[in-house]
Amino acid sequence: MPLTNETITKKLTEHFGDQLTDIEEPYGLLTFTAPKDLNLKVMQFLYDDPELKFRFLTDLTGVHFPDRKGGELAVVYHLHNLEDNVRLRFRIFTDIAKPDVFTATSLFSAANWMERETYDFFGVNFVGHPNLKRVLNVDEMDYFPMRKEYPLEDQTRTDKDDEMFGRGGHIGI
Amino acid sequence: MSEQHQHVKLPDGSIEKTTTTLNMGPTHPATHGVFQNILELDGERIVSADSTVGYIHRAFEKIAERRPLYQITPLTDRLNYCSSPINNMGWHLTCEKLLGVKTPKRVDYLRIIVMELARISDHLICNSIVGVDAGAYTGFLYVMQYRELIYEIYEEVCGSRLTTNIGRIGGFERNFTNTAFTKLEKFLREYPAVLKEFENMFMRNRIFMERTMGTGGISAERALNYGFTGPNLRATGVDYDVRAMNPYSSYEDFSFNIPVGSTGDNYDRWLVREQEMWESLGIIRQAYEKIQEFKGADAEVYHANVPEYYLPKKEDVYTKMEALIWHFKIIMGEVEMPAGEVYHSVEGANGELGFYLISDGGRAPFRLHFRRPCFIYYQAYPEITQGSMLSDAVITMSSLNLIAGEMDA
Repeated sequence: MPLTNETITKKLTEHFGDQLTDIEEPYGLLTFTAPKDLNLKVMQFLYDDPELKFRFLTDLTGVHFPDRKGGELAVVYHLHNLEDNVRLRFRIFTDIAKPDVFTATSLFSAANWMERETYDFFGVNFVGHPNLKRVLNVDEMDYFPMRKEYPLEDQTRTDKDDEMFGRGGHIGI
Repeated sequence: MSEQHQHVKLPDGSIEKTTTTLNMGPTHPATHGVFQNILELDGERIVSADSTVGYIHRAFEKIAERRPLYQITPLTDRLNYCSSPINNMGWHLTCEKLLGVKTPKRVDYLRIIVMELARISDHLICNSIVGVDAGAYTGFLYVMQYRELIYEIYEEVCGSRLTTNIGRIGGFERNFTNTAFTKLEKFLREYPAVLKEFENMFMRNRIFMERTMGTGGISAERALNYGFTGPNLRATGVDYDVRAMNPYSSYEDFSFNIPVGSTGDNYDRWLVREQEMWESLGIIRQAYEKIQEFKGADAEVYHANVPEYYLPKKEDVYTKMEALIWHFKIIMGEVEMPAGEVYHSVEGANGELGFYLISDGGRAPFRLHFRRPCFIYYQAYPEITQGSMLSDAVITMSSLNLIAGEMDA
């Protein structure tokens, strides 16, 4: 019997009760939200269950929702069951003031750099990570650039002096 | 950096007094790109490796948050620049999934031709570079002129060679010209003999085999745990291919094999890529046949009928009211964008290339994340080179097909 989203949802709710919320299927991909303390438990359950077998970490990344007070930072996991070819996505939300999230490195070696990248750009502190330091940005950087409070430069600004770059002094771009 | 490595322990029985630190990169001929490996050596054997990446990080994900969807395509070119068309198509398909655009079959087949050509050119580079690193320069120089034939086809289709920006949301910017098909025919006619000759040079070459067999190997289990995809995963014996598992762009209409290896070493990776080139050639032939079956108006279709997302022809903009209105609406961002969360992946030349897009209904993505295969599998490099000879680690690096542009985004 092929593994369907209904079966997965049923098994998950049986095990975790109503702790998993926002269960939906945008574009056919099962998506839900888990409490942040449960991220490892959810992944371990999905990994170990003999029927579910989500044993491939496709992607792990962060998202910043500045308007979501108390849960500004999201960590999004994409998992894949390669045997039945089913994917799912789940996310956890964490307070930006205390962005501590359990690391998935013990389960997936692949999570190592993905978590470093998420730390690098969003400042999510992965508790238990063996080597949590910046991966793409310079080590001296003291902010997390993918957060929404750092907008890209306004391309119409005129106050910038570009003379040194051969762009004719006072003219902006 | 160096202090932390002075404590690396020498293996038991070593005749050295201390390990030697060797910096390979950031600009080293063997890295074929800008990244650094700090190797601790016991004589010529690697005790530990530490990688530093990010030298050419260009903040694409951040830039994308200010750009309308169609302006993000040129950013994707610069990920894996050895096969830009696959990245471009992957991005268009992601947008089409979000927008609910259905492309006509002819567009799908044309896309498949371009994508498979890109796969061939990527594998060709990778495999010939493995040869270069093993000391056989000839193959590399020889096949370069046939990659040129592929680039000429790109040029005929989109006007560009390396950073192609090929196609648009909904289809292509223009129809394939007859010259493009003539060039494709020339390629299909001439390339098999070249590939065969290239294969003869390496496949049963004793020196090449001894350099690559048994080096840089990884087990299927570890590869999966490390998030390997693409030829590197298939070389370990796992037949995971996005084209077959989650077909996109009508790949389900084609018959092709998924070559797999068994040991996951450099030789198997090389063989898998080699065989994939033959499969790609088969797919291109099938697609070209299917395209020739379209008759009449169907044979001229090169984009979906979605005026709200597909930019009209420039001459129409100047002469037709409706085209002008759509042009204005698209450029000024007046078109309705659905809010939603999409993950779409394609089989890139070096693995599963995924796009995770969150749209809040604005003209630019709220968040866009690229799942870049080589960023993920490069983590395994210290593990798979541990204990191997330095010269083998060089081959391992090139046979993993690391593209710094993709790794650093």
